[in-house]
Amino acid sequence: MIIFCCFEGEEPQINQQQTPDPGPIIALRDATKSYGAVRAARGVSLALHPGEVRALAGENGAGKSTLVRMLAGVQRPDSGSVEVDGEPVGFSGPADARDAGVAVIYQEPTLFPDLSVAENVMMGRHPLGALRRIDRRKLHRTVRELMTRLGVDLDPEEPVRGLSIADQQIIEIAKALSFDARVLIMDEPTAALSGNEVERLFGVVRTLSRRGAAVLFISHRLDEIFTICTTVTVLRDGEVTHDGPTAELDTDGLVRRMVGRELSALFPKQATTIGGPVLKAQRLTREGVFTDVSFEVRRGEIVALAGLVGAGRSEVARGIFGIDKLDAGHVEIDGVKLKNGSPAAAMRAGVGLVPEDRRQQGLVMELSIERNVGLTRLHALRTSLGVIGRGREAALAADWATKLQLKFGRLSDPVAFLSGGNQQKVVLGKWLATNPKLLIIDEPTRGIDVGTKAEVHRLMSELAGQGLAVLMISSELPEVLGMADRVLVMHEGRLARELSRAEADEESVVRAATGAAAA
Amino acid sequence: MSTAQATPAAPQDARHEARRSLFETVVRARELSLLAVLILVVAGTTIAEPRFLSSQSIRDILLNVSVIALMAVGQAVVIITRNVDLSVGSVLGISAFLTGVLFADHHAAIGVVFVAGTLFGALFGLANGLMVALARVPALVITLGTLYVIRGIDFVWAKGRQINADQMPDRFLQLGSDTVLGVPVLAIIAAVAMLIVGAVMRSSRMGRELYAIGSQPTAANLAGIRVSRRVIGAFVVSGALAGLAGVLFTARFGTLDATAGTGDELQVVAAVVVGGVAIFGGSGSVYGAALGALLLGVISSALVILKVNQFWEQAIDGALLLVAIGLDRLLALRVAAALRARSGRRAG
Repeated sequence: MIIFCCFEGEEPQINQQQTPDPGPIIALRDATKSYGAVRAARGVSLALHPGEVRALAGENGAGKSTLVRMLAGVQRPDSGSVEVDGEPVGFSGPADARDAGVAVIYQEPTLFPDLSVAENVMMGRHPLGALRRIDRRKLHRTVRELMTRLGVDLDPEEPVRGLSIADQQIIEIAKALSFDARVLIMDEPTAALSGNEVERLFGVVRTLSRRGAAVLFISHRLDEIFTICTTVTVLRDGEVTHDGPTAELDTDGLVRRMVGRELSALFPKQATTIGGPVLKAQRLTREGVFTDVSFEVRRGEIVALAGLVGAGRSEVARGIFGIDKLDAGHVEIDGVKLKNGSPAAAMRAGVGLVPEDRRQQGLVMELSIERNVGLTRLHALRTSLGVIGRGREAALAADWATKLQLKFGRLSDPVAFLSGGNQQKVVLGKWLATNPKLLIIDEPTRGIDVGTKAEVHRLMSELAGQGLAVLMISSELPEVLGMADRVLVMHEGRLARELSRAEADEESVVRAATGAAAA
Repeated sequence: MSTAQATPAAPQDARHEARRSLFETVVRARELSLLAVLILVVAGTTIAEPRFLSSQSIRDILLNVSVIALMAVGQAVVIITRNVDLSVGSVLGISAFLTGVLFADHHAAIGVVFVAGTLFGALFGLANGLMVALARVPALVITLGTLYVIRGIDFVWAKGRQINADQMPDRFLQLGSDTVLGVPVLAIIAAVAMLIVGAVMRSSRMGRELYAIGSQPTAANLAGIRVSRRVIGAFVVSGALAGLAGVLFTARFGTLDATAGTGDELQVVAAVVVGGVAIFGGSGSVYGAALGALLLGVISSALVILKVNQFWEQAIDGALLLVAIGLDRLLALRVAAALRARSGRRAG
């Protein structure tokens, strides 16, 4: 295995560029893949050429992840083939794909929390010394060099447990670079990154493509696709609907090919009558996480909590909902003080929390849709015998499924079968079923496709119109600017600025979030 | 890239240093604190009863501990992969019985018996590993099943037979009491096994992959690690060491029937957990596991010499287990809080 060692070589490799048609490094030919009755890929062909940065666009459930899994050797196509350098190959596992030079960065970092940064980067490829013993010095030196070239300050010897998601993403990238990756597949690498970190990632991508590697880039942030990608493949319902240079499309055209219909506005926001305060957060403090955070959210209002990843936004939400105990300050709902550190009390007072990580915190993946929706309503669903009425549960779920336009097979299917957007709807339904006064939504559309995104936004706007107070945490600026009546910007655990809808624009939010003085 | 490269390094280095040293202290501290407790127990008992530190008594303790420590080393490898092997007591039993039969009925050479016992154990480990890896049923359930199945086979095979010391070669039995420079041969065998397994776990790709699997199984799969193969390997190691322990058990006690090693699995798991191997895998060391076995053995001997009612021994072992698990949890929370406080001050 060649250790990647010439990262600072910024000059393009001219030889590679002048070759008339080098042929694809890796390609899918007429690949088909079904999961039970669901056909996730139908005759998909996709080729990645040297130096190409190709976007893979499509709504959730369009089959993007299936494609990635086939290219990564995690799954084999039912029919059709994967070709490397024009030769059909049968990857029997991720190791085969890696040996062929395919590196994959998954949406959620896949790391070993107990092991060091260096071991995470070089797992299975540790440099060996005499007697095939691991040469730790060389291991740490190699990874330290890699980190330096990436311009990141991460100690190879420190454990991964406790690192931020952004740092973990860097480790994934270092992993891809550490072997001579010819193909880099990135499944939503920017979902958890802040602006700076995205720039850094793009720098890496550009350098790699100049060196002749092929990159497949998946993102729901369309502006990123236009920034970094030269070509784009659009998937809809498991089929390729478009394949061509990015320059031939504009945002509307891309969106149209993804959803098959025009989207008039991505972020509809109805004007609402704003009432009295529902939530009063008073000088909330949690040691080392956030300090002296005070604000209000009023009836019918959507308040966005903006800031960089790690600024303490989700932590404030957890503090309000009582998951983490506050060290100082208190929360009032409709003028009544909430018991500190008690999610049950928060729920009784009418607070709902849609967490950032729906797979881990928002849903019980193995349970059915109806069971998940019913989770917050177990009391109300009890029959006179004290057991849960299955009929009532099903009726409740069916009701919400209709209201939220959920796409599903049967209500008794496990939620794990649903696409990301539809899973988010189930979480929303679960909380809306409690008839909350305040709904805290952490990254409402993270990892959700454009079509469903608009639906979630419409839904939030409707709910606010009905008098719900919404506290929304979002890392996507267009979402913040489009949805929020007021924007609270956090920086390093403190409220840096409060901006009205009129004051808030990209510049003012970014300035406050990065700690630059108010303009 | 240019913007990122301009990141100032000095203050952040200090943070990394602090983080790492905190982590390493916690890791190292586990083996060190075990040693400290061990010294405390030995010192306390010696003050109350000076005979405790006689060479005869030390030898007895080491002999008693060797068998359990050997199995604890194998068990640690399995637990590090986020599995557990409850069948080790039964594997020891059946391997011990095989040892007796080979000597009594076949007059086998000592070397052959050692190899046969170890391979026999490895075979059961392989069976465990195959079932765990392929059936995707939790190891707890599979090995609880094989615990009874193997013991059952042992009973059917033995048909109530007891094999005595006079049916075995004297040279083999002497191994059970011989010493080199005052250290019992059995303890040396256990120590050598521990050092070999320890070195493999720490410094080979295979060993690190076992840690990786226990730390995050899905990530291990995506990293191209042959998870099933490695897990099967861990069970084979555990089985082989339990088989070897069966041979040592026979050398030590001379007399055996089909009940040898009954209930040992709980002692072994307790030793591993007390020794600081995380029950959910990914961290800990085989040295810690062996040290845990030694501590439990020393405590049990101390109780005997202090003439404490035997019933207390199990209560104390249990309490120690709870203390070990409680300590782990507490440390994990403290570390998490400390890391949080540090990373909380970071930008971005």
